[in-house]
Amino acid sequence: MDLSFGKEYEEFRREVSRFVEENKDRQPAIGPHSLDTVTWQKKLIENGYAARTIPRKYGGFGAEPDIIKSRIISEEFGRVQMNSGLGGQGISMLTPVLLDMGTEEQKQQFIKPTIHGEMVWCQGYSEPGAGSDLASLTTRAELDGDEWVINGQKIWTSSAHVADWIFCLVRTEPDAPKHQGISFLLFRMDTPGIEVRPLVDMTMTASFNEVFFTDVRVPKDQIVGRRGEGWQVANAILGFERGSLATPDAAHSRLNGLIELMQQETINGEKIIQNPQFRERLMKIQGRVMAMGYNDMRLFSARINGNKDTRLAGMIVKLQGTELRHELEGLAIDIMGEIGLSYNQNPYLRGGGSWQRHYMYYLGLIIGGGTNQIQKNIISERGLGMPREPKAESKQE
Amino acid sequence: MEFGLSEEQTLLQDSINRYLTDQVSLDEVRKVAGGEISDAGIWQGLAELGITGILIPESHGGVGSGNLEAAVVAECLGYHVTPVPFLSTAVIAPTALTMAGNHEELLGSIASGEHRTGVAFGEAIGARADASVSISGGKINGRSIFVLDEDADDYLVADGNHHIYLVKANARGLERTGLSTVDRTRSTCQLVYNNVDAQLVSDNPQVFTVTLDTARIMQAADTLGAAQCMLDQAVAYAMQRKQFNRIIASFQAVKHMCAEMAANLEPCRSFIWYASHTLDALPEERHLVACHTKAHLQETGQQVSKTATEVHGGMGFTDLVGLHYWFKRIGANRQLLGSPEMLREEAARIQGFAA
Repeated sequence: MDLSFGKEYEEFRREVSRFVEENKDRQPAIGPHSLDTVTWQKKLIENGYAARTIPRKYGGFGAEPDIIKSRIISEEFGRVQMNSGLGGQGISMLTPVLLDMGTEEQKQQFIKPTIHGEMVWCQGYSEPGAGSDLASLTTRAELDGDEWVINGQKIWTSSAHVADWIFCLVRTEPDAPKHQGISFLLFRMDTPGIEVRPLVDMTMTASFNEVFFTDVRVPKDQIVGRRGEGWQVANAILGFERGSLATPDAAHSRLNGLIELMQQETINGEKIIQNPQFRERLMKIQGRVMAMGYNDMRLFSARINGNKDTRLAGMIVKLQGTELRHELEGLAIDIMGEIGLSYNQNPYLRGGGSWQRHYMYYLGLIIGGGTNQIQKNIISERGLGMPREPKAESKQE
Repeated sequence: MEFGLSEEQTLLQDSINRYLTDQVSLDEVRKVAGGEISDAGIWQGLAELGITGILIPESHGGVGSGNLEAAVVAECLGYHVTPVPFLSTAVIAPTALTMAGNHEELLGSIASGEHRTGVAFGEAIGARADASVSISGGKINGRSIFVLDEDADDYLVADGNHHIYLVKANARGLERTGLSTVDRTRSTCQLVYNNVDAQLVSDNPQVFTVTLDTARIMQAADTLGAAQCMLDQAVAYAMQRKQFNRIIASFQAVKHMCAEMAANLEPCRSFIWYASHTLDALPEERHLVACHTKAHLQETGQQVSKTATEVHGGMGFTDLVGLHYWFKRIGANRQLLGSPEMLREEAARIQGFAA
């Protein structure tokens, strides 16, 4: 057991912490894409705090991959809630895929503008009829000369209303088994035949969309991997998404916020933290946050040292992390009582309405990114070696 | 950075598991639990492996390992529901006596497996049913209940000031009565003191606190092992039990029960490792982490012990399969040395959230 990163890394930590100190008053607010956030992103890349390991020739900082340094950056930025640069599915999901499986031309064309925030992407995976069973998707692409012709519909497409491009799973080999008939295409969102309709969610914002394709024509070479290999390409990034939906660091910082809230809020003049029932619930959640934090340390250590016995520890993170966050945010609402109902503009609003927003948002994450029931299938099948459910046809009326 | 067990610690785990699988089968556990044989033979076998002296310095005849090694052992003993007084004799006594100093001889005889020291801390943690002890002028009066180990040679007794005393089992005026509990894999007893000689071990409350923190973490490790074994048994049973012409492991309802157990239990492994590390290296975090470790492990242990029993269907409820030995062991760990609710309240106090 050794929890230190060593001397070399302490020097690196000082360096990052200096940057954070010097720039914490000059950063743009964490929020949507804007001129400020794009400028900030460029500054982060120049200093090696964003796109750190992406080669220079593709517009990154070009450092050797070092997950300890990446973690130190995220810890130091997290300490003061510093804006850590642009996120989004183009940066977090498509870029790693292109680096791994893209052609040299694709890397040259897409990576630099993507990581610099000049090219915004959305992800076209889920369909009305293909949710948990994503591989049954039916949006089809047929080759006509040098172009794919795409018809079908996607749903739950985040950022489609602002995206310049889409990376999209389409069925190109209708006669092949379902996992082998899918291809991974890239195309512009202003291509004729694309219609985007916003989908308002329970938080009353429209971060999702429905996207309709009618005879959308896309150049033949805008494919990642070969025809019929799209499922493997997509799976490589879905694994990445699941872990990132429930980071223990964020849970820890929300827990601190909750403790602060319970020390401030009162009922009949008594601080909520003095109420034994609420305190008991807080302590239970604190124990669970600690458990997930230590589980994360184990996973992190396994990544550094190449241990292989952590498969199960990794598989449970999305399930446990999202349920925990939903309960944590829900406790904050409960301790506020009717004040906890405040939303949008209201003089009694606490924390900018973040408790209600996250309470609902995390219910969305319990469902999204592979529902938690699908997570339990994965844990029991791949983690515990239990068999898959036998196939059953849907009942005919 | 290296979070987790080292190669040596994994080897230790493997060798103890092998020994317990070969030497302490469930049949053997049943014999001890049913009073047919005593636990002395098993304890002596473990002494030869160095387990009784795992926390005792080499200079006093022990192995001198760290707390993470001790947690590895505790987990193995829980996994095999081994009926031995590990917590009292091999964890609590060595921790308290080593910190207090001047007990080399006693530590040596504990390490060799000849001597067993029981523990009467219940009244210092939270007195029940009017049990209490008072000590003055080297004499102890009162009553301790649910004392760990009916067969010990002497007892560490803590009073309300968190001072620790040593009382000999054969001392004049001491009356010892066995108390049977649901958990027949470890014994408890009542001690009634009538002006009994008590030798002061430590009047430093910090010795009591560190000892109790250590005990709680080791007890949580025992629960981790017992719960892991129940989950393993549940999965194995589901893989062979057939209903409706299918193994029941192919039903999603059963799979999800097992997945929930695994999802709750897997982070507990890291919890135990981290908590054990605080004992050796992070004193400022130790007390809070110890409270949360036992509280969290016991909640998880309860969920796993209930669910694993359910996966076994009617067989889980029988003595034939014997799953109840694990269920009851986890149940006993939950109440002894502080229940989860008490521990969470203590965790709140440590952080200044409660008076």
